[in-house]
Amino acid sequence: MFKIIKQLTSVVAMFAVLFAFSTETMAAKKSKTLENTKKRGFVRCGVSQGLPGFSNADESGNWTGIDVDVCRAVAAATLGDATKVKFTPLSAKERFTALTSGEIDILSRNTTWTLSRDADIGLTFVGVNFYDGQGFMVRKGSGIASTSEFKNGTSVCTNLGTTTELNMRDFFDSKGISYEPVVFEKADEVVAAYDAGRCDTYTTDKSGLAAQRTKLSAPDDHVVLPETISKEPLGPVVRQGDSVWEDIVRWSLNTMIEAEEYGVDSSNADMMKTSNNPAIKRLVGAEGELGAAFGLDNEWNLRIIKQVGNYGESYKRNIADTGILPDRGPNELWTKGGILYVPPAR
Amino acid sequence: MNNIIKKFIPQILAILFVVLIFGFLTLNAQTNMDNRGIDFGFDFLSQESSFDVQFSLIEYSGSDSYARAFLVGLLNTLLVSFISIIICTILGVIIGVARLSSNYLIKNSAAWYVEFFRNIPLLLQIFFWYYAALRALPMPEKANAWFGVTYMTVKGYYIPAMIWENLNIFLYCGLAAIISIIVLRNYASKLRDTQGKQIPVFLYSVALLIVLPLLSFLFGGVSLGFELPELKKLSKISYIYEGGISLPPELIALVLALSLYTSTFVAECVRAGIEGVSKGQKEAAASVGLTPNQVLKLVIMPQALRIIIPPTTNQYLNLTKNSSLAAAIAYPDLVLVFAGTALMQTGKAIEIVSITMLTYLTISLTIAAIMNWYNKKIEIKEK
Repeated sequence: MFKIIKQLTSVVAMFAVLFAFSTETMAAKKSKTLENTKKRGFVRCGVSQGLPGFSNADESGNWTGIDVDVCRAVAAATLGDATKVKFTPLSAKERFTALTSGEIDILSRNTTWTLSRDADIGLTFVGVNFYDGQGFMVRKGSGIASTSEFKNGTSVCTNLGTTTELNMRDFFDSKGISYEPVVFEKADEVVAAYDAGRCDTYTTDKSGLAAQRTKLSAPDDHVVLPETISKEPLGPVVRQGDSVWEDIVRWSLNTMIEAEEYGVDSSNADMMKTSNNPAIKRLVGAEGELGAAFGLDNEWNLRIIKQVGNYGESYKRNIADTGILPDRGPNELWTKGGILYVPPAR
Repeated sequence: MNNIIKKFIPQILAILFVVLIFGFLTLNAQTNMDNRGIDFGFDFLSQESSFDVQFSLIEYSGSDSYARAFLVGLLNTLLVSFISIIICTILGVIIGVARLSSNYLIKNSAAWYVEFFRNIPLLLQIFFWYYAALRALPMPEKANAWFGVTYMTVKGYYIPAMIWENLNIFLYCGLAAIISIIVLRNYASKLRDTQGKQIPVFLYSVALLIVLPLLSFLFGGVSLGFELPELKKLSKISYIYEGGISLPPELIALVLALSLYTSTFVAECVRAGIEGVSKGQKEAAASVGLTPNQVLKLVIMPQALRIIIPPTTNQYLNLTKNSSLAAAIAYPDLVLVFAGTALMQTGKAIEIVSITMLTYLTISLTIAAIMNWYNKKIEIKEK
C-alpha cells in the first residue's frame, strides 16, 4: 500500500509541474525563492526517509543529521531561526522531481554529485558535505577479505535508482565477473533480503553500509570490505535558475566548514566578534558586508554558527557520537589530513 | 433548427473545453519545463543504459540502450502475467467447480480458500510469499534434489536446461500436429452435423500431438540433451548452482501471489457462470439421451462461458496491472526497470511515465480485444 502512496506522490509532483503557473522569472539580484521563503516563514527541505547520521526523524518527529543541518543553517541565515524548516521525506525516485517541480527548495538527501545530474535535469549542486564511496558488505564466515575474491555468479543486493547500480556494473564489468543484481526499492527490503541469505553481498555507499549494518539480525557477523569502488561526493542540490538562492545555500554550508577551520563554534561565536583575525571577524559578521551580496543582513553567518554549529560539531553530534563512522577519514579538514576545503569567505 | 442547436451546442462546447484544457496543460508544462531547464524529448531511448538487470528473456547488458531496457522490463511483465493468468485460470476453474460440489468438505474448503485469499491485500501476500519463502528455503548447498535434478533454494529454483539439436524440425512437426487437429475438428463437426456420427476427436488429437513430434525424433534427426545444474563454491560459506536454468525467487513469489489472489475471483466468475445456467437445461439434455459428459460439454459449458468470459477478462486485466507491484520484491518488471531505474538515471519523468502508462494501456486493450473476440465467438448467434 505505501508503494502506491509513494507512486501517487511522484505523480502529484509531476502534475505540479503541469499546473504550476509560469510566473517565475529570472531575477537579476533578487531571489524569488528567498522572497517566497521569507513570506512563507520556513525553508522547504527534502531529506531521506530515514538514514541515521544524515537525515533521520526520532519518535517525536525531530529531524537530525548532517544533511538536516545544512537546511537548518539556511533557515538560520535567511529567517534567523534554525528550527523554521519543513522537512519532506523523499525516496531516491521522487527526490529530483520534487525539487524541479518546486515542492521543495533545497534537496539535502545524501545525493551524489555527478555530471549528468548537474547538467541534465534542471539541478545545480552547490557543494559537498560528505565524501563517501561505494563499498561491499559480506558475511564474516565467507572468508572473503577483498573484492578481488568475488567469483562468477555472485548475487548482489542493492537499492533502486542510485549511482550504486551504475558503479556496480562498472566494477563487475571491468573485473570480467558475471553477477546477479537484486534491486529493491527500499533500503529496509534490501536489508531483509540480504539478511535472509538471498544475496552474497550488499553494496551501497560505505556510510550507508555502516548505518544499515546495525539493522541486521547479527551485525557482528558481517564486515564491510576495505575497497572503495567509486567516488560519492554527497551534497545539497537546488533548482537551476535562481543563482542568488544557490549562493545562499552554498555559502551556508561553506560557513560551517570554514568556522571549524578557524576554531569558531557555537559556544564561542559571540566572543569571536572581538578577535584580532579579520577572517574570523568576517565569519561572525563583525567586519565586512558579506550578507549584502545575498540580500541578507550581516549576521547571517553568526546565526548559522550559533544555532547549528560548525561542521565538526555537526559531524560529531550526528555521525561520530552515534557510532556510525567515528573516524572522519576524508571528511576531515584539509589542514588535518582530510579533503574538506572550501573557498575563503571574503 | 432550434432543436439542432439545442442538441449540438452543448456537445461542441464540451469538446472545445476538453481540447482547451489539454492545450493549456501542454503549454503550461512546456513553459514550466523551459523555465526550470528541463528538456523534453525521447532521444534518451537510444542512449546507453549502463545498468544491469537481474533477469531477462533477451540478451541484455549495460551497454545496450534504454529502449532495450524497456523491452526487457516489458517482456518480464508479460512473462509474469502470462504464467499467472494460466495458473489462475486452472486454479479458478477447479475451485469454482469445487464450490458447487455436493461433497461438504470439498465445498467448504473451496469457500474458505476464496474468502481467505481474496480478502488479504495483494501486496501483503507478495511480501508474505517472498520473505516467508526466503526464510524457509535452504541455502544452495543444503538443498535436496526435487525429481532428482531440480533444486529449490533461497537463491532460486534451479532446473536442467534443454539442449536441442534441429529444434526447428521439432517445432515444424508440432505445428503440423496442431494444424491437423484443427482440420480433424472441422471434419468431425461436419460429420456430426450431416450424418450424426460421433468420432472421439479428443483421443485422436492427443495421439497426433504425441506421434508427430515423436516421429521427428526417430526420423528427423532431432535430439534433446539436458544440462544439469551443478553446485559451485563462491566462498567458504556460499554456494550457487551453475548450468541449467535458474528461476529467481522473486518471480516464483510473484507468480504465486498473483495467481492465488486472482484465482479466487476467477473461481467466483466460474461459479456464477455455472449457476447461471438454468436447471431445466441440464434435465432437458439428459432426457434426450446425452451422457453426463456430453451434457457438460455441449449444453452447460457453452452457456456458462457466455456468463464467465466478460468478468474474467476484468480479472486478467487486474492481474496484469497488479503485476506492477513486482517492484516491491525486486522482480525486474516494466515499473522497476523502466519507470524505476531508467527514470532515475535519466530524470525524464514525464516522458518515461507517459511511455509506461501507454504501455499498460496497450497491454490491457490487447487482452480485452482478444477476450472480446473469444466472447463474440461463443455468444448466442440468433438466427
